[in-house]
Amino acid sequence: MNAPTVTDAEGRRVAPWQLVLRYVLLIAVLALTVGPFLWQLSTSLKGPHEDIFSSPPSFLPGDPTLGNYGRVADTIPVWDYAFNSLKVAAANVVTNCVGAALAGYALARMRYRGRRAATLAFILAMLVPVEGLIIAQFTTMRELGLNNTLIGVLLPGSISAINVLLMRNAFLNLPLEVEEAAFVDGANVWQRFLRIALPSVKGTLAVVAIFAFMGAWDDFLWPLIVLSDPDKFTLTIGLNYLHGTFANDERLVAAGTIIAVAPLIALFACLQRYFFRGVGEGAVKG
Amino acid sequence: MTVPATAPTAAAAARPAPGAARGIRRHLAYSPWLFAAPGLLIVAVFSLYPFVSTVINSFTDRRTLLPGHFVGLANFRELLHDDMFWIGLRNSTLYVLGVVPALVILPLLLALLVQRHIPGIAFFRAAFYTPVVASIVVVGLIWVWMLDDRGLINALLETVGIGKVGFLSDQWLLLVSSMAVTVWKGLGYYMIIYLAALANVPRELHEAAAVDGAGAVRRFVTVTVPAVRSTMVLVAALSSVAAFKVFSEVYLMAGPNGGPAGEDTTLVMLVQRVGTGLSGRVGYASALSVVVFVVVVALMLLVLRADRKEDA
Repeated sequence: MNAPTVTDAEGRRVAPWQLVLRYVLLIAVLALTVGPFLWQLSTSLKGPHEDIFSSPPSFLPGDPTLGNYGRVADTIPVWDYAFNSLKVAAANVVTNCVGAALAGYALARMRYRGRRAATLAFILAMLVPVEGLIIAQFTTMRELGLNNTLIGVLLPGSISAINVLLMRNAFLNLPLEVEEAAFVDGANVWQRFLRIALPSVKGTLAVVAIFAFMGAWDDFLWPLIVLSDPDKFTLTIGLNYLHGTFANDERLVAAGTIIAVAPLIALFACLQRYFFRGVGEGAVKG
Repeated sequence: MTVPATAPTAAAAARPAPGAARGIRRHLAYSPWLFAAPGLLIVAVFSLYPFVSTVINSFTDRRTLLPGHFVGLANFRELLHDDMFWIGLRNSTLYVLGVVPALVILPLLLALLVQRHIPGIAFFRAAFYTPVVASIVVVGLIWVWMLDDRGLINALLETVGIGKVGFLSDQWLLLVSSMAVTVWKGLGYYMIIYLAALANVPRELHEAAAVDGAGAVRRFVTVTVPAVRSTMVLVAALSSVAAFKVFSEVYLMAGPNGGPAGEDTTLVMLVQRVGTGLSGRVGYASALSVVVFVVVVALMLLVLRADRKEDA
């Protein structure tokens, strides 16, 4: 750490003692936020004859093994569950990006009778707490014959109102002149949407995509209600099941949770630059 | 999806769309509805219709497999005499009181900590966000393991000579532990909201205060807090609504039945328990849901009103 010459983004010198204090605090918070994940990883790697309950605790596995990951798969079909989660999450990204972009464009850029009513419908839908809707959603899903299917898991959140409104705001912030020029040149609404508007809101689209993936991959309450057949479980429901059944072997539960969280952390690590930029630009300004 | 977005969307709704050329409408009168249809359909079928049917069902004795009859206010009268309802209401309310102050203040301090562009700060910001990214099930299982009688925290407590604490066996410690997990998972999310707000605080204010001899704490109270006050209100609104609807943390840590004698059940846990399954009491669960709606709306109005009063 080359403290004395460090400057921040505005080119201002940061006093060395301040910098040291800051890094000490940062590392303390890091231990608090990431530490539990590392402890879980460590547990999942500990061998069958190791004492995972030792006091004082041992933070590094003395006899590291990947065997617990294989054993999870022997006890629950964890890879099938992960695949189910992946299917739902990927579909959720596609439906949300496409549906929200289309509807957002209609709300922001088109003039027609009923546009206010349509906007209001999305705002109301955003305000209604999902947790209070689950029973009615469950009975609706029964009536549609989609209970206990992955489609049933997907549908309620497949085009979420908040994403529509995010896209609407992003489109509203684009200057209208470019589109007007394209209109004068004879571009129809699809061309203007696809070639001009959409490429300009990539940041917001990326945020929608990340939220859609995370939301579907992490969801717990709704799949818990809609799915009853263990073959169709998503990873979160499968893990809860694993926890209930094999609570005695923490190594297995730990391995299962690492399987569930590792892909998301990797995904987020890859996309976090776009994510923080996109959130900074659109979602939380005001 | 669980990530609440922020209010600006609603605020911006009032902004008029810039007027496109008149001809656009004439050319393609059908397409606006074509664009909006998929979104409207999903929202109507899975949010608006369920909302209406929840309210209607709350006045019936409908069950999962039986159609049900109109019973007037019977469900609501039954609620008043249902011990589990009062336990749920108490716990959900305690959750708001416990979680909201922490989630209004701690993420702000965290945002101040990561605000400066010093080397490596992008890594820290992303790392602090990790608990937000992780599934609540993963988070719940990790903390169940950490707080177990034989888990890491008790091992550390024993090592320093304090002895074991039954985080997961005592009714109240269970609730407090769940709150701590909720706060832990939410820190990064609200930190990002505060970061965006802090970016808009003019530097000159801090410099002027510093010239006047104000220390860091004083500058925080006199400059930072007033500047981000409306964001604090937003965070209070978002976190109180989320806290009142808590389900997963308590479900995972206390178990499906809500801890010892069900004493840790929250309202949404009760909705889930009463309303699902083959013999689920859809009507009664809907009445519970209506209570959740009413309290959530009341919480939002309360917080927004508090904001307006301080403005005046």
